[in-house]
Amino acid sequence: MNKYLLYPGCSMESSAKAYMESLNTILEPLEIHFEEIDDWNCCGATEYLGINLIPAYSLIARNLALAANQMNGTHTVVAPCSACYLNLAKADYYMQERPSLGVKVNEALQAGGLKYTAGTLDVRHLIDILVYDVGLEAIKAKVVHPLHGLRVAPYMGCMLPRPDYQHRWSDHEHPTELDDLLRALGADVIDYPLTTSCCGGHMTQIGPETAFELIRRLVADADDRGAVLMATVCPMCQMNIDAYQNEMNHYFGTDYHMPVLFFTQLMGLAFGSEPKDLGIGSELVSARNALATIGVEVPVTHEPAGPRKKDEGLPMPRRWTKHEGKEVVK
Amino acid sequence: MPHMTDERVRAGLAREEDLSLLHEVSMKTAGVSHLEMCIQCGTCGGSCPAAMDMDHTPRMLFAMLRAGMREEVLRSNTPWICVSCYHCVVRCPQEVHIADVMYTLKGMAIHAKLYRDSTAPHFSQTFVDMVETFGRSYELGLASRHYLRHFPLRLPGMMPMGFGMITKGRMAITPKKIKHMDQLKKILEHAKTLELTS
Repeated sequence: MNKYLLYPGCSMESSAKAYMESLNTILEPLEIHFEEIDDWNCCGATEYLGINLIPAYSLIARNLALAANQMNGTHTVVAPCSACYLNLAKADYYMQERPSLGVKVNEALQAGGLKYTAGTLDVRHLIDILVYDVGLEAIKAKVVHPLHGLRVAPYMGCMLPRPDYQHRWSDHEHPTELDDLLRALGADVIDYPLTTSCCGGHMTQIGPETAFELIRRLVADADDRGAVLMATVCPMCQMNIDAYQNEMNHYFGTDYHMPVLFFTQLMGLAFGSEPKDLGIGSELVSARNALATIGVEVPVTHEPAGPRKKDEGLPMPRRWTKHEGKEVVK
Repeated sequence: MPHMTDERVRAGLAREEDLSLLHEVSMKTAGVSHLEMCIQCGTCGGSCPAAMDMDHTPRMLFAMLRAGMREEVLRSNTPWICVSCYHCVVRCPQEVHIADVMYTLKGMAIHAKLYRDSTAPHFSQTFVDMVETFGRSYELGLASRHYLRHFPLRLPGMMPMGFGMITKGRMAITPKKIKHMDQLKKILEHAKTLELTS
């Protein structure tokens, strides 16, 4: 049994709960053991780095220091979230590239009785482990319900294959790891040139117009190419495309319905798990119809109330639209 | 590269205080930024998915850095529009750590209070406040505080989404706190007294 240290990241406990649930379901058949880093903290996402450099890297490095203390037959840290993966890997790399950064960060860690020598750990993403350690053949061997006929757009996102200082991926712009894995599950993987384009990241929060356009490109292209579903490896990507698709549709006056699931959820289905054990149904853009095309029945869950149909009536603030967006919001 | 600086200054191509801005940014950036190596090819702006919303492309911004235009650079919305997708970083022929330079410029703009739109700095600060209080991100607290402050008019339209996230168990009502918050606080407090100088 292969053992790894797991850095789950904050979103795995909340918005990307389905990722964690499905991940736990596939570990056993694949004979992998993940040991969670004890008392890990947030990696700072893309926010802390823009405020204050040394605290941002110290925040990240506390996790590396805790993981290094917990090394017991393994020196690999696995992060399922692309942003967490990037932050941990980048901190480890920059502390080596710029030794003075390592010195300062360790000075800060020392205040909490910790230390970390850059290069001690290997930071890797979940899909890296599955494709390169477990292997596609071993994954294929566990498939009992092949996803034949499910037209999936493989969406890798941007922070996973780039900047890739450790040279882990087949390509920076068109990596094929996710395509290969989904094909091993029997899925009908479409060509998706936007596979590493950005979902907008935190721009859904701070500059929605920028984010909506990036989301539109991804969804429109997947739809044009006949995908019924997108597969993602990142909680942020899933959140943006899923939770903001409705708002994006309102903004552009479009009517896309493109469900986006975590690749682990599709692995679970192919391995014969039930949708409810994989967190399927927790997505806001329902994947029920898409999965019905391959005979998977997703139980009906509560749907959130739809938007108000009419704009007239009480003088409520209007919804965000492309033309009034800039004027309404200051 | 002090030697190069001297030559450019002696040749009358730049003033000492102008070039110091470029070095200051480079020095404050994590890793070895290679910022001084920029050849103004424009690959960054051409690769950027969000360039249409930027005041200046990264290339232009780096030219302004070299020209010592401190205030104009720190007022530019460019670093705040950067989505950290690293497209420019992997395509840059000079291997400039462009995304990290953007983080540095954000930090400098906040420090100098030169940003024009406070939405992004406030979002970052709110996020950091949550992390410094709980050790973990707290999405509901972050979203509600941020939206009430900056997008109150967007709230009614966001209700179905927020409601869906909560009923589907995807947004925790209460924050999670790490066990050794005191340790993290000590680390961060000490880290705040440190600066990257060499």
